[in-house]
Amino acid sequence: MRQAMLALIKRDARLARKQGGGFGAALGFILAVMVLVPLALGPDQALLQRIAPGMMWLALLLAVLLTADRMFQQDFEDGSLDVMAMSRMPFEIVTFTKALAHWLTVSLPLALITPPLGLLLNIDTSQLPILWATMILGSLALSMLASIGGAVTAGLRRGGLLVSLLVLPLYVPVLIFGVAAATASLGPSSSTPALIVLSAITLMSVVVAPWASATALKAYLR
Amino acid sequence: MQRFANPTLFLKLANAALPWLIAATVLLFAAGLYTGLVTSPPDARQGETVRIMYIHVPAASWALFIYVGMAFFSAIAIIFRHPLADAAAKSAAPIGAVYCFLALATGSLWGKPMWGTWWVWDARLTSMFVLMLLYLGYIAVWNSIDDPHRAAAIARVVAIVGVINVPIVKFSVNWWNTLHQPASILKMGGPSIDRSMLLPLFLMALAYAALFFTLLLLSLRSEIAARKLRQARLTEIGKH
Repeated sequence: MRQAMLALIKRDARLARKQGGGFGAALGFILAVMVLVPLALGPDQALLQRIAPGMMWLALLLAVLLTADRMFQQDFEDGSLDVMAMSRMPFEIVTFTKALAHWLTVSLPLALITPPLGLLLNIDTSQLPILWATMILGSLALSMLASIGGAVTAGLRRGGLLVSLLVLPLYVPVLIFGVAAATASLGPSSSTPALIVLSAITLMSVVVAPWASATALKAYLR
Repeated sequence: MQRFANPTLFLKLANAALPWLIAATVLLFAAGLYTGLVTSPPDARQGETVRIMYIHVPAASWALFIYVGMAFFSAIAIIFRHPLADAAAKSAAPIGAVYCFLALATGSLWGKPMWGTWWVWDARLTSMFVLMLLYLGYIAVWNSIDDPHRAAAIARVVAIVGVINVPIVKFSVNWWNTLHQPASILKMGGPSIDRSMLLPLFLMALAYAALFFTLLLLSLRSEIAARKLRQARLTEIGKH
């Protein structure tokens, strides 16, 4: 089983590298937000510093959301998903592995790159470690929850709007507690509670999302 | 429960129950609105605006209950393959969405005189807004997938995943100390509001429930009719 999972991750990673698209487009989106926000709000350094963590989280979240609808679509269209569904691996493990591969190829690199980009928004550098921690942790939840949206719309021609409508409500807690941890690190209160809640959300999404995406995909594969 | 899976039996029961339900809805709304808007006393601090409560609170709590019911029907559909469960969840969704919108709208109208603002992003309002999005997403799934069996299978997942939000809405006012007041009816040690206000609130809650079941049965009835039509059309096509 572990070999099969590793093989699947390697396959997805190779596909992501050779095809490009997902990660590059998402990174471009984040860069665009970082550059356009100061232009839209004016070069007030204090204001930018205050909104920087929230803006960065928002950019990361929407960038991951952009890639969600293609998570299963291609494999569904060329029949690879049928083969995976017929293999001896439980289908929940397949969807979990694919979401994990998405995290490794898209969300995790984005989570690593985004905090330093905050310098464009004049971020307080003491916030960088906590931002890295919350984004690395939260990005796993983002990938898992995105897999639900990707699975629900795998067989639809135009699933983009539906993905946003379905996944955004699930993203709200991740956003709230991710930003809460970063802003708490500046004030007198500790950022530990927010960090703990964020870990709980991530763990929960790891449990629920593979089942949900497997059940939704099976409806298309029947 | 499987006995009611037979659509003919279900239709018979629904047709027998509907006149009573409609009568109950009308009577309860009349009694609830009269006691709530006319005979109940104005609040000591909020004055007459407190009457918004009789519209707002039942709508909000029923919006939550209906979502739980939708998830419950979806679970029944997965576990027992009950043929009417999907239709029940599908029919409940628009009613719940309207209740949810009503709660948000009246809450906003109440917030302006009391809090001085139409909307704040506090925990209860945000989570209620998320509930509205979940309702819309669920309805969108049904509308964007053509094959009804496939749509049903996927809508079940969406409903069950979204139910995670319900306890967050319910307990948000207790977990986070925010602008929206904490629970005052269903809590340890009994309700903390006066009898004269509790009675109309109770009547209105029953009225909303009766309205929900009336609309649900009407909608289920047309859903069954639509299924029969679809079946008939398919057999008609099959003959040629």
